[in-house]
Amino acid sequence: MEAPYLAIPSMGVSAPPVQPPTGAIPGAGPGDILKESGQREVFCGLTSIVWLHRRMPDAFFLVVGSRTCAHLIQSAAGVMIFAEPRFGTAILGERDLAGLADANEELDRLVKDLLERRPEIRTLFLVGSCPSEVIKLDLAKAAERLNTQLVGRVRVLNYSGSGIETTFTQGEDNALLAMLPLLPSSDEEQLLIVGTLADAVEDRFRLIFERLGITTVRSLPPRRSTDLPPVGKGTRVLLAQPFLSATARALQHRGATLLSAPYPFGVEGSRDWMAAAAQAFGVPAERFNAVLDPLVERGRRALEPHREVLAGKRLFLLPDSQMEIPLARFLSRECDMELVEVGTPYLDRQLMAADLALLPPATQLSEGQDVDLQLERVRAARPDLVLCGLGLANPLEAEGIATKWSIELVFSPIHGCDQAGELAELFARPLRRRAVLQLS
Amino acid sequence: MELTLWTYEGPPHVGAMRIATSMEGVHYVLHAPQGDTYADLLFTMIERRGLRPPVTYTTFQARDLGGDTAELVQRSIRQAVDRFQPDALLVGESCTAELIQDQPGALAAGMNLGVPMVNLELPAYSKKENWGAAETFYQLVRTLLKPQLPAPGTPKPSPSRWREKGRRPRVNLLGPSLLGFRCRDDVLEITRLLAEHGIDVAVVAPLGGRPADLERIPTADANVCLYPEVAGPVCSWLERSFGTPVVRTVPIGIGATAAFLRELHGVLDLALPAELQEVEGQPSEAERRSRLPWYSKSVDSTYLTGKRVFIFADATHAIAAARIASRELGFQVVGLGSYSREQAREVRAAAAELGLEALITDDYLVVEKAMAEAAAELVLGTQMERHSAKRLGLPCAVISAPLHVQDVPARYSPQMGWEGANVIFDSWVHPLMMGLEEHLIGMFRHDFEFVDGHRSHLGDGAPAAASGADHEGTTAPAPTPAPATAPAAVVATASPAPGTTTAGAAVREALESLWTADGEAELAKIPFFVRGKVRKNTEAFARERGLERIDAEALYDAKAHFSR
Repeated sequence: MEAPYLAIPSMGVSAPPVQPPTGAIPGAGPGDILKESGQREVFCGLTSIVWLHRRMPDAFFLVVGSRTCAHLIQSAAGVMIFAEPRFGTAILGERDLAGLADANEELDRLVKDLLERRPEIRTLFLVGSCPSEVIKLDLAKAAERLNTQLVGRVRVLNYSGSGIETTFTQGEDNALLAMLPLLPSSDEEQLLIVGTLADAVEDRFRLIFERLGITTVRSLPPRRSTDLPPVGKGTRVLLAQPFLSATARALQHRGATLLSAPYPFGVEGSRDWMAAAAQAFGVPAERFNAVLDPLVERGRRALEPHREVLAGKRLFLLPDSQMEIPLARFLSRECDMELVEVGTPYLDRQLMAADLALLPPATQLSEGQDVDLQLERVRAARPDLVLCGLGLANPLEAEGIATKWSIELVFSPIHGCDQAGELAELFARPLRRRAVLQLS
Repeated sequence: MELTLWTYEGPPHVGAMRIATSMEGVHYVLHAPQGDTYADLLFTMIERRGLRPPVTYTTFQARDLGGDTAELVQRSIRQAVDRFQPDALLVGESCTAELIQDQPGALAAGMNLGVPMVNLELPAYSKKENWGAAETFYQLVRTLLKPQLPAPGTPKPSPSRWREKGRRPRVNLLGPSLLGFRCRDDVLEITRLLAEHGIDVAVVAPLGGRPADLERIPTADANVCLYPEVAGPVCSWLERSFGTPVVRTVPIGIGATAAFLRELHGVLDLALPAELQEVEGQPSEAERRSRLPWYSKSVDSTYLTGKRVFIFADATHAIAAARIASRELGFQVVGLGSYSREQAREVRAAAAELGLEALITDDYLVVEKAMAEAAAELVLGTQMERHSAKRLGLPCAVISAPLHVQDVPARYSPQMGWEGANVIFDSWVHPLMMGLEEHLIGMFRHDFEFVDGHRSHLGDGAPAAASGADHEGTTAPAPTPAPATAPAAVVATASPAPGTTTAGAAVREALESLWTADGEAELAKIPFFVRGKVRKNTEAFARERGLERIDAEALYDAKAHFSR
């Protein structure tokens, strides 16, 4: 970050599509990748409904699935806090399995009842699940049929959040992909931030971009489901989340340019991320530095007490949200943690190129999971901290290994220079707590 | 197809997981897609388990479906047996795997695994969690006891054979499981209680049991069916096949605990000790081991009389709560229901005894509506009813699964036995305002130190009582009925129409304009914690009578009307 912004190696405006890195990444990057397939301790794509429905308060997410789907979402989200949540499950019964014709009629009836009860809903997402896909219930056709019936009142979209096709955060990728055909075409110059951000974080980014002189900044998903941004040749896309492969490619097909940058976690990542936009919009380096330098300086100050706790500590990241690689980059480069293994459920080299290039040499990456084998590696390595899902956290703690719940990272505002301290704190807290407790 | 926003019970394979995870030495291979591992967190987070549930998921993906998922099942089974070396193996499938019909149980049966294997067929599209738990427990016990099945025509063992054999009588405690309500402490309490009466516990299962323990089940003289949701079918089967009698009274509450002990003594042919003898109109000596009888009789509890209580829970806890509330605390049960369809008959019978119609549903919004319509003053329910009650501004105590991490307390807090009755007294009564305090607030409310809405012992926020508006949106427990000086009768029979948002606001405004100055002044004299209800009831009365204004006279007319 000492380099002037034009010299940041990971940056650069890329012509669409971004070229995947060929061969070894010069100077840095991971070692061989361990690919595993076996039992995966991850959520399915349905889980992303939990943050998507909060982002778009005028949308309803209707899973067409089983009691398991309903139970999964409520268990993952602790949804009892809602009076009446804006997501639900159309639970398939034996009759629906016996005859698909009836299932379609049933779905129409149920949607009609639902929308009568919730007149404020403007967009209805029909979300496919494992059972709906296995019985080949055609939700695209159902959406089309319902759209004709509800034209002008509610827009009906469909996507798959099934576990046989998606892991956890890929649900958002599919949801955004389903919205793309509705985006109007326009070649207007604009910066499009893609991926759900906390509203406060988004406002902050907009303000900074405004200071940089980038005035037309839009977001996908939008805050109102009907307030869809246009897309076209003048669109430059910055991905706020690392798990949006299909959406990114589809936007490129619509003429948008994908900016390659590390993801906006930590001071460095956030700065580089904004630098990619600045360069694409021809912001002079002096102006960029004038705006960003104070933020970088303040971010580093906020980071420092946590860096002191984390420095030299050994971190093992289990695969979960696809945020593992950018987080590993942040924790190793800005918090001086040592990376034992960086797991990811699925590796998109193209979208991860900038972050991969910043990982220490020979970092052990793993893709996919065989949880029993991976836990054996955790036990053998005895790391100081493990990033993992809720199903594994207490069992590892009981074995004396400190953990950080990964699900918190998709629910907390962690993007941007201003949040770098908070992000580091999430990882430092379990270690601090261990230091504080005086229990034998 | 059924719209579900939230569900009391998970799918049946989660019930099977509860059995596997409650036990030791049992492993469950579940043919299921990625994502179904979410169920692990129920155990590791809610129960704070320091061990992963003993479940291997096959984690099949879309790309496997074209190929050989059967091979994946066999590989998973083999690896699980090699790695975990269980004493017994459960093999089953979740909802999606049921559709692809790999029949993992049949595959496992052909694998010569060298461990007892149970093929679980749990229909995911028609059954739910508790059914799955009961079926799994039954199938597991049946499989393990098959070699011991007596030949047809074998005479039933005498429940008093302990006497001939020169040992103490012993029973099994069947049904306690993880994610069940306070099972851990109930087992301890009942074990202690039995020990006081010279009765040993042979096997506790599924909680903490091993397959080898299940094989000892027939050595007991009787089976205690502690939780019918989980152990009902297995107890019936053991009765039919082994002739083992079943004690079916669930010892929650002092009356039921005494009845349980009497039933047990009868079954085991033990002489009933004097302290358990029934005395007309008196609690038996034994019942005084609990503080509940005296606490309930003490003067402070007078204010509990006739409190309107709404109950919704699993069948076991709902039925027990209705009995305790009506007989042991002097509450008035104004609603009773359960999500346990398998035990609906028993719940209906319990409701009929109280002159009520049972609410059998798994739609929490229906429950919330019934709760509001019943004008309850205390809610006893699950975590979901706690949330509904909060929205309605009603105090609530949780009495049943589904659980929240709060429902697995660090301290000893059983529901069963004498100590369980103590725990119940405290946890149901504390959300209410205490009697003396209620009285004092009525007395001193005009003092300048007194702030409307103040509650001395409830730390969870002040109620929105000052305006007498409804309590929606507050987190505070709501008011208890008025002391005798207030028009309490107006409160007692209320059925306030729950206000809807926009239309409700207009109606509200129209009604507020009806009040005259002296009507408002009279209303202001009523203690804040009942003012909202009095206002609503008086307005309902005015609407019914077509009154154009509500003055002090109208308020007293309403009081007279509702006190009929």
